[in-house]
Amino acid sequence: MTTKLPEVDVVVVGVGWTGSILARELTKAGLRVVGLERGPRRTPGEDFTVPSIRDDLKYAVRQELFQDTQMETMSLRHARSETALPVRRLGAFLPGTGLGGAGAHWNGVTWRLLPTDHKLRTHLSERYGAQAIPDDMTITDYPVSYDELEPYYDRFEKLCGVSGKAGNLRGKIIDGGNVFEGPRQAEYPNPPLEQSVAGATFETAVKSLGYHPFPAPSSNASRVYTNPEGLTMGACIYCGHCERFGCESNAKASPGVSILPALLSDDKFELRCNAYVKDLVHDKTARKVKSVRYVDTRSGEDYEQPASLVILGAYVFTNNLLLLYSGIGEPYDPVTGKGSVGKNYCYQVGAAGVTVFFEDKEVNPFMASGAHGIMIDDFNGDNFDHGGLGFFGGAWIQAGPTNGRPILSRPVPAGTPRWGRDWKRATAKWYNHAFNIGGSCCNYAHRENYLDLDPTYRDALGRPLIRMTYNFKENDYRVAEYVTAVLGRIGRAMNPTLINTPAYRRGNFSAIPYQSTHNTGGTILGTDPKESVVNRYLQAWDADNLFIVGASVFPQNQSYNPTGTVGALAYWAADAITKQYMKSPGPLVHA
Amino acid sequence: MAGDTIPRRGFLVGVGLAGTAAAAGVAASSPASAEVPAPNQSSATEGAAAPGNREPEPLLALNEAEHAFIVAAVDTIIPADDLSPSGSECGVATFIDRQLASAWGGGAKMYRSGPFLRGKPEQGYQLALTPREFFLAGIAATNDWTRKTYGKDFDRLPASERIAALTALEEGKADLGHVSARQFFNALLTITMEGFFADPIYGGNRNMASWKMLGFPGLPATYANVIDQYRDKPYTAAPQSIADFS
Repeated sequence: MTTKLPEVDVVVVGVGWTGSILARELTKAGLRVVGLERGPRRTPGEDFTVPSIRDDLKYAVRQELFQDTQMETMSLRHARSETALPVRRLGAFLPGTGLGGAGAHWNGVTWRLLPTDHKLRTHLSERYGAQAIPDDMTITDYPVSYDELEPYYDRFEKLCGVSGKAGNLRGKIIDGGNVFEGPRQAEYPNPPLEQSVAGATFETAVKSLGYHPFPAPSSNASRVYTNPEGLTMGACIYCGHCERFGCESNAKASPGVSILPALLSDDKFELRCNAYVKDLVHDKTARKVKSVRYVDTRSGEDYEQPASLVILGAYVFTNNLLLLYSGIGEPYDPVTGKGSVGKNYCYQVGAAGVTVFFEDKEVNPFMASGAHGIMIDDFNGDNFDHGGLGFFGGAWIQAGPTNGRPILSRPVPAGTPRWGRDWKRATAKWYNHAFNIGGSCCNYAHRENYLDLDPTYRDALGRPLIRMTYNFKENDYRVAEYVTAVLGRIGRAMNPTLINTPAYRRGNFSAIPYQSTHNTGGTILGTDPKESVVNRYLQAWDADNLFIVGASVFPQNQSYNPTGTVGALAYWAADAITKQYMKSPGPLVHA
Repeated sequence: MAGDTIPRRGFLVGVGLAGTAAAAGVAASSPASAEVPAPNQSSATEGAAAPGNREPEPLLALNEAEHAFIVAAVDTIIPADDLSPSGSECGVATFIDRQLASAWGGGAKMYRSGPFLRGKPEQGYQLALTPREFFLAGIAATNDWTRKTYGKDFDRLPASERIAALTALEEGKADLGHVSARQFFNALLTITMEGFFADPIYGGNRNMASWKMLGFPGLPATYANVIDQYRDKPYTAAPQSIADFS
């Protein structure tokens, strides 16, 4: 039996970054908001405290803060001709659960897209000719320009207290920042973090090669900082327990540190944890979502929560699933190319990392922060000429350890045995004398990569799992090959004692090794309801009182970590709701 | 097992005692004495991990034969030398027993609905077995194979044959029947490394032996005040674990 609850103004599904931002902006605008979070309530000052939060086995290895695949997972196949099998244990990516979502355990790398990323298809067509884009590469423009989104990037960076150095201040190019970035209205809220010897060595090498190094844009605060919500972050203590952990010094921006204390003290907001959303009730004729149905996992009771406005702010997979379960939008069909829900699912492609070993350097990899290091953007997006290269896109490239936690981080020279006496010698010898140079490559949308419902496997609530039909494609392999060659060039320019020769990246996408939690797409932005799920304001074409917020709206995935763009789009959507939709509820774009 | 009448528990008590005297004690009580290795010998001089008269560890998940297998395996993967005591002296066998008895060992956070199909390697683990069940199956299958190949259970093999046996597993050259040798070896290697390098609260990494070996300081209070000062300089703080802060 389902208990129908009294109607509220807004229901937010998922209380991570996007749910928190939307709930905060909408309560500030006077609306009564209910937040539904499938996982438990977590509070940084109580749950992320020393010494327990420094438990590498519990958090990094046994995955304390991540989605419980016993409840719900995804299935994977590489092509339509194959049978998808469930990802029984998380590996490649680590979606969050619980209050704060993945925003509790991210690393804090906070990027903006390049202006050309915002108009990717138009830009590439203009520069290389439309015929240069392969037919099966289903990339599109964002229907929001960089200039339009700039104030919202700025807003999210101020919320997070991002530490960094501008490379383009209102059009003025500044050496030492990212000279390829779009113009920003203001310097980063905080100066860059302290650098490690790895970052310094990388910086010298890339300068000698003529590239343009800059400090990683980091939501790990380099000093005590009070954000526009009046909430204070501590200064990063470089403890090396960042990704996969909560931050005990409140130095890593997260919903729990940067926004929830303000939201939770507002009596217009009601948080319901352990509220597992099952589906949305959609009135196809009225083109409205009427309510959200969920089960309280503490009691097993079902509830229906009516609302005037619904925000889908869950992770990529859940945003897609809830549309598919609720019959909102037309599921994408890769055979005909028709339909849009599940379309343009993207990920990122890890280039082969290069590890450099120096007998005479003390790396101290344990003195680190999650978004720590020196980067270059010379080989990203369309920052370099792709004429004749046979691919589009690239990668940001970085060096600087994020941790020295030895269960997962023990670099040894290639050819070292994995166990026994010689393994131990090499491990002890090189632990403090090696670091990685890495790059995460973009992943441009492909016609055959998509999400839909699995026909066989079901979750704990009896619903079909989301099925990923996904593999790396030719463009991905070529980008990775190119970037890997650059990594090798940089590594050799450092004159290391030893270098692990990069392996050229071919082969299927694997669900096993961690790559990045940068899944995108499936509910993409667009200008045509036949080709996309949401309009430029993140409003669903098929229900004007439904806004879908998160990386699921990315039309394709750039190499950049998505959270900066996710946060900017969340503020952009919130502004559209409070300044336009609330005054005149209805479609904000007429296609 | 396999007509072997030597009670393993006695053997284990011997292993629990550090040093050559204990090894000699084992040898004296064993008809296979000539072939029983003394993996702990080098730790006698090092002596970092094992206090002399520790009681036998109570077992949560493994039986004595399985525990003996794990002790032999972790001591082969992590042999004692001047860098650290052996895997079992560092508590790695204890760690594995406790992990297999934990929620993780019982399949927590693991999707376990069927059908169970053989997938491509990139689709990841596809068996119905929990980690605990998988390890027990792997141990039994490996002992079957070593009995066929060497005439003895794995833990009764001399050091050189243990290394050969694990190498055969790692390279997928050992036929373990229904168990994939490579898959079992990789799981064994992974959990051994977890036990060696995790915080000591889980029973492994006794005395932070692996952290001392690496120069990993464990849980710092803060590095904010030293990161600049120690850039490219050795930082040699004595490591601290969760218990040290509790």
